[in-house]
Amino acid sequence: MHPIRKKRLTIVLFLLVGLAIAVGLTTYALRQNINLFYDPTQISAGEAPVDVRIRAGGMVEEGSVLRDPDSLMVEFKVTDFNASVPVQYTGILPDLFAEGQGVVAMGRLDENGRFVADQVLAKHDENYMPPEVADALEKASKGQHKASGSAETVSY
Amino acid sequence: MWQFFHKLGSPKWFFGIAARLMPWLLAGGILLLMAGIVWGLAFAPKDYLQGNSYRIIFIHVPTAFLAQSVYVMMAVAAVVTLVWRMKLADVFVKSVAPVGLVLTFLSLFTGAVWGKPTWGTWWVWDARLTSMLILLFLYGGVIALDRAINDEKSAARAVSVLVLVGVVNIPIIQYSVEWWNTLHQPSTFKLTEKPSMPAEMWVPLLLSVLGLYLLFGWLACLRMQTEILLREQRARWVKDYVLAGRG
Repeated sequence: MHPIRKKRLTIVLFLLVGLAIAVGLTTYALRQNINLFYDPTQISAGEAPVDVRIRAGGMVEEGSVLRDPDSLMVEFKVTDFNASVPVQYTGILPDLFAEGQGVVAMGRLDENGRFVADQVLAKHDENYMPPEVADALEKASKGQHKASGSAETVSY
Repeated sequence: MWQFFHKLGSPKWFFGIAARLMPWLLAGGILLLMAGIVWGLAFAPKDYLQGNSYRIIFIHVPTAFLAQSVYVMMAVAAVVTLVWRMKLADVFVKSVAPVGLVLTFLSLFTGAVWGKPTWGTWWVWDARLTSMLILLFLYGGVIALDRAINDEKSAARAVSVLVLVGVVNIPIIQYSVEWWNTLHQPSTFKLTEKPSMPAEMWVPLLLSVLGLYLLFGWLACLRMQTEILLREQRARWVKDYVLAGRG
């Protein structure tokens, strides 16, 4: 290769490496701001600020959804299978909201460690399957080992 | 190898090659894209959770995929411009930037349309969506910077530097869903693993991605040909070509 071109190529490579390092360090320093939500482990460890608008995300715990019969108020627990946080929400839930599904809720944490949400978004995972396959899978898992819990394989 | 590389620098040579390639790219692209979209939208099974609304994936994923890989191709061309001063690389960057802009916009738009019924919102400022929006602005910036500088050579250098600076955004888009908590789900398609959907869903998706690649190739050739004719308008072969009545 021509020496001038070699020199230019070196400059270009230095530019790229330098930039990658700069951006890498910046995003690393800002990682908590880039994270869209706090997970239940962080909230129960006290990492999330109280009475500030934040987002909390995780799975809706099986059997934890309680609907108020007279209003749109719903209470449920959000879990990451490590810790769980009670959430209270008044409003219309998205179609995909269900027990065992991922959600991201926006709201404030009160002093009692309860999360009062004003918006609940459903989080979809990367798995797609036809309804028949889903039915067959459910039947198979119910028939074999109900107690062992297939929840670990579900990502949120 | 080096001879081929140097030949590629000749606009006239490329013009001829592109003319021969284009019918194949167009026919293959339309065929694959139609097959993928018709199969995906009409015949693929619906999703157990989202029902039919998931079908937007057959448009969303190909456009998002192309939007990123077009930028990577532009970055490679930018290195060639800076190091070898090859005219054709600059022609490529200038010709495909608007195509990339449209693809990025389409992927953001289809994502928003899907997000409303699925997530419950059009837009969230999570890492994936935001970095994709930055890609849209990068494409816009590349086009604007190129238009702002009249001198062809200085425009080529300035644009190349901007394209290279922006390329750090590509791994951020790619890995945003793994590095940070985002609302956007991780990729269904991975290069190293089996896709997390059954074959009757991912085959049409793959077909439409490949089809869009070929169509992009056709469009890039067409736009590059136009740009070459414009830049080389004083060259003898261009005059002969136009006077031959094929222009």
